[in-house]
Amino acid sequence: MTGQPAEPDAEPTLRVAGLEVTYRVRGQDRPVVRDLSFEIGRQESFGLVGESGSGKSTVALALTRYLPRNGRVSAGSISVGGRDVLGLSGPELRDLRASTVSMVYQEPGRALNPSLRAGRQIAEVFEVGGADKRTALDRAEDMLRKVQIADPGQVMNRYPHQLSGGMAQRVVIAMALAAEPALLILDEPTTALDATVEAEVLDLVSGLRREMSTSVLFISHNLAVIARMCDRVGVLYAGELVEDGPAGQVFGAPRHPYTVGLLRCIPRRGQRKDHGRLDAIPGFLPPPGRAVTGCVFAERCALAVGECHQAAPPAYDVAPDQRARCFRHAEAGDLPRDTPPEMALPDTAGAGEPIVTIRSLSKTFTVPGGQVRALAGIDLTVLRGETLGLVGESGSGKTTLARILLGLSEPDRGSVLELNGSALAPDVRRRGRDQLAALRIVFQNPDSALNRRHTVRRLISRPLARLAGLSGARLTERLMDLIRAVRMEERHLTMRPAQLSGGLKQRVAIARAFGGQPQIVVCDEPTSALDVSVQAAILNLLADLQGKEQVSYLFISHDLGVVRYLSDRIAVLYLGRLMEVGPAEDVFRGPHHPYTEALLSAVPSLDGQRTDRIRLAGEIPSAASPPAGCVFHTRCPRKLPTGVCEETEPPLGEVAPGHLMSCHIPVQTLRRLQRSAAEVASGG
Amino acid sequence: MARYLLRRLGLAVITLWILSMIVFFAGQVLPGDPGRAVLGPFASASAVRAYDHQIGVDRPLVVQYLAWIGGMLHGSMGTSYAYRSPVGPFILAAIGNSAKLAILALVIIIPLGIAGGVLAALYYGRAADRSISLLGLAASTVPEFVSGIVVIILFGIALKVLPITAATPPGSSFLTQLDHLILPVIPLVLVLFGYIARMARAGTIEALDSDYARTATLKGLRKGVVIRRHVLRNALLPTITVIATQTGYLIGGLVVVETLFNYQGIGRLILTAANGKDFPMLEAGVLTIGVVYMVATLIADVLYTLLNPRLRSEAAG
Repeated sequence: MTGQPAEPDAEPTLRVAGLEVTYRVRGQDRPVVRDLSFEIGRQESFGLVGESGSGKSTVALALTRYLPRNGRVSAGSISVGGRDVLGLSGPELRDLRASTVSMVYQEPGRALNPSLRAGRQIAEVFEVGGADKRTALDRAEDMLRKVQIADPGQVMNRYPHQLSGGMAQRVVIAMALAAEPALLILDEPTTALDATVEAEVLDLVSGLRREMSTSVLFISHNLAVIARMCDRVGVLYAGELVEDGPAGQVFGAPRHPYTVGLLRCIPRRGQRKDHGRLDAIPGFLPPPGRAVTGCVFAERCALAVGECHQAAPPAYDVAPDQRARCFRHAEAGDLPRDTPPEMALPDTAGAGEPIVTIRSLSKTFTVPGGQVRALAGIDLTVLRGETLGLVGESGSGKTTLARILLGLSEPDRGSVLELNGSALAPDVRRRGRDQLAALRIVFQNPDSALNRRHTVRRLISRPLARLAGLSGARLTERLMDLIRAVRMEERHLTMRPAQLSGGLKQRVAIARAFGGQPQIVVCDEPTSALDVSVQAAILNLLADLQGKEQVSYLFISHDLGVVRYLSDRIAVLYLGRLMEVGPAEDVFRGPHHPYTEALLSAVPSLDGQRTDRIRLAGEIPSAASPPAGCVFHTRCPRKLPTGVCEETEPPLGEVAPGHLMSCHIPVQTLRRLQRSAAEVASGG
Repeated sequence: MARYLLRRLGLAVITLWILSMIVFFAGQVLPGDPGRAVLGPFASASAVRAYDHQIGVDRPLVVQYLAWIGGMLHGSMGTSYAYRSPVGPFILAAIGNSAKLAILALVIIIPLGIAGGVLAALYYGRAADRSISLLGLAASTVPEFVSGIVVIILFGIALKVLPITAATPPGSSFLTQLDHLILPVIPLVLVLFGYIARMARAGTIEALDSDYARTATLKGLRKGVVIRRHVLRNALLPTITVIATQTGYLIGGLVVVETLFNYQGIGRLILTAANGKDFPMLEAGVLTIGVVYMVATLIADVLYTLLNPRLRSEAAG
C-alpha cells in the first residue's frame, strides 16, 4: 500500500489550505480572505466566528464555488472528502453540490423561491438524485417529518410567505439534509430568528447531524451559539484565521488578543452595569480587502509592539491542537483593559419618582378579516434615572409600545399616557416642544435613521436648535459637548453617514437623542445591528450618559445578556400582555414566570453551563385570535392540570416587593420547580 | 379573488366616468361649431344654426352631457355629425382593424423582447448584453414616422417586396392581409422592443442575483432548470404588466402609423373625427380606447395576481 493515496476514510471531510479569495473592486484585486487553513474531520462540527467584514460568508461561498462574479480564489486549495473542489468540471461541481455539500442560509424566507410550494422545492433535491416526481414528493414529506414540522402534509403545499421564519428555516434545513450531505454549511442560520425559535432550530441541527453523521461548518457572529454547537472553532478577523482550536479551550483560555477582547465585550455571568464597564476593543474593523503589513489586528491591539506592525505573525502552536497568530500569545490573557471599569451610575436619590406612566394601554389594529389586539391593558411606569428593559419574542408588542410612547401610533381609547405627571398627547404632532425634547429615541438601524445627505454637524445641531432652542455660540458649545460625550472627534462633524462606520453612526444617533436634554430615551434594539466589539462601546456609552444626565431608558432588546447588563427593572411581554415585571435581578434569578424561564433557557451560554432546561413548543399564536385564559397556556411547559390556565386569565399579582407576575402557579411552587430543574440541568 | 375583481371593476367604472367627462368637455373647447364643419364655409349662418339646433349642440352643456352619457348607457354611441348615421359600426370596424395590427405586433414583440432581455441578463455586462441594451434603446428613440418612412422607402419602393399600404380590398385572404400588415408592424416592434427587453432584463438580473437562485444552484440543479423553474417565473412578472399596458397603446395610440400606412384603425378614425368636429365619433372613439386600456391593465393585474402566490392569497382573503 505504500505510495498509494491515503485511504479515503482517513481524509477529513473538508480541508482548506492556504486559501486566498480576492474581490476585484474598481480594477484592483482586494484580498478578503488570506492564507486560511483548517480541517473539519468526519462528523466534526467546526465553528467559524467573526464580525462583519471578517470574510466568513466569503469562505462559505468559496467552498461551494458560488463567489460573486468579481470574486475568485487566487491561491490555496479546498478539498471535500479528498476531491479537489477548485478543479471540478461543471457536471462534477453540480454533483458535489447535489450530493456532498449543502448549505443553510441566514434569511430562510429569501432562500426559498417565493412562487414554488415548499414541498416542491424539497422534492427537487430528490429529483436531482434521480427519483421520479411522486417518490420525490413522498420523500420530501418524510424530510419535513424529520425536521419536526407538526403538519408536514399541509406545509408541503404552502408557499414560503405562508411560513413563519422558524418554519421556513426548517424547510431549508430539510432541503439541505435531503441529500444526506457529507458537509453541511450553516451561515448564520439563526440570526434572523427569535431566541426561542433559535433554540429549537439549534437543537434540531445538533440532533440531525448526529443521526446523519454529517460534518458541520457553522458560521456565526454569535460566540455563544458557536460554543453551544461546535467541537472546534476558528476566529476570523479581517480575512485571517487569528486563532483556532477546541471550542472549550479557545473560549476558556484564548491566546489571541482579539479573541480575548471579543470575549470581554460580551456581558456574561449576569454582569450588570453596577459591576463596572464592559471592556471594549478600541478602533474599528478595517474595511474588507485593505492591504496590511504586519499583524491584521495590530492597530487595535493594546499588546502590539514594533514587530507586530512589521511582520505578519505565523500561527503558533499555543496548546494541544490550538493555534494563535500572535507574537505575544503568551501574554494575550493579560491584555490590558481598554476602558476603566469604574463608572458613575445615576444618583438613585431621585428614584421612585415616575417619569413615564402608562395605564391600561391597549392597541387594536384593524386588519382585513378582523382585529388584532397588539397590546392589552398594559400598566407600566419608568422611574427617573432607571433603565426599564422590555423583552419578548417578535410579535409580543414591544415595538408597538415604543411607537405609542413616541406618538407614532395612536392607542385605543381609555389608554393613559403621562410624562412627568401631565398627559402625553397620543399624536406626536400635538405634543409641545418640552415633551418632544423630553422623550427621544435611538433606533435599531442607524443607517436608515440618519438622513444620508446631512453632515454630522447638521444631524446633531437640528434638535439643539429646534428642541433646546439654542443658537450661535451656545449651540456650538453644546454640540461639542455632545460630540465629546459620545467619544467622537471634531473631524467627524463634516462627515456624512456614508463615511461613518455602523458604531459611529449609532453614536451620532445617540448624540442626536441627547440634544434636547431628554428625560427618557427609548432605545429600540440599539446594538443589534452592530458588531460585538462595537456593541460593548455603545452599551458603555449609554450607561455613562445615564450617569451624567440622569436620563431614563426604555431599553428594548432581544439579547437578554445586554438587557440584564443595562436594566434596573425588566418587563416581559407576550402577545401584548405583561407577563412579568420587576427588578432585573429578581426577574433573572427567579422564581420567574414560565415564559421568562423559557426565554432564559433558550439563550445559549458561553460559559458551558446548560441552559436548555425547558423549551417552548410551537409558534407564538396569532394575536388576531389569542388563546383563551392565560394567553401563554398553549406553549407553557408548566401549565396546571386543573384547567384553570385554559379558562381564566391570571391577574398581575405581586410575588415580592416590586415584582409582579401574571401566573396561576403559586410563586413557591414556581421556585421549587425551577430550582429542581436547574439542579437536574447542572447535574446532567 | 371575486371581491378583488369587483373592486378593480368598480375602480375601472369610476375612471371611465371621469374620462367621459374630460373627453366631453374638452371636445367643447375646440374652436368652431359642428354645423359649420359639416355644411362647409359657404353655408349661410341660419343654415348652420338650424343644423346645430337639429343635432342639439345649442343646448346647455350639462344637458348635452347627460343626453350623451344616457345614450351610452343604453348602448347607443350616438350619431355621427359627418356621416349622419350611428357611430357604433364605424367604431367596431376600426377597433377590429386596430386589434389585427396589435395582435400581429404582440405575437412578434413578446417572444422577441423577452428573449432579448433574458439573453442580455444572462450575459450581463458582456458584449451580448451591451449590444441588446444599446440596440433596444436606440430603436425605441426612433419615432414611428421616421422608421415607418424608412421601411416604406426600403421595402416598398426600393426593393418592392412588400405593399406600402396596410389597407386591403374587402374580402382579401388572411395571407394577403398579413402581407399588408408586415411593414406597419416593423416601427411598432422597434419602439416596443427596448421597453420590454429592458423590463425582462432587469427582472432577470434581480432574480439571478436572489438568494433563492443561489439555493437552487447549490442544490445541484442544472443551469437551465435553475433559470426556467426558479429565475424566469419570478423575473417576468413585472414584464407582464408592461406588455399589457403597451397593448392599450398598440390598439389605441397608433395615429401616426395608421395614417402613414393608410390603415382604417381607431387612431385614424379619431383623428378624422377631431378634424371634422364630429364630436359623437370623437367621444365614442376616445371612450372606446379608454375601455381597451382599462381591460388591458385589468388583465395584467389579474395575471400578475394569479402568477404571484403572495398576492393570490391576499386577494383570496
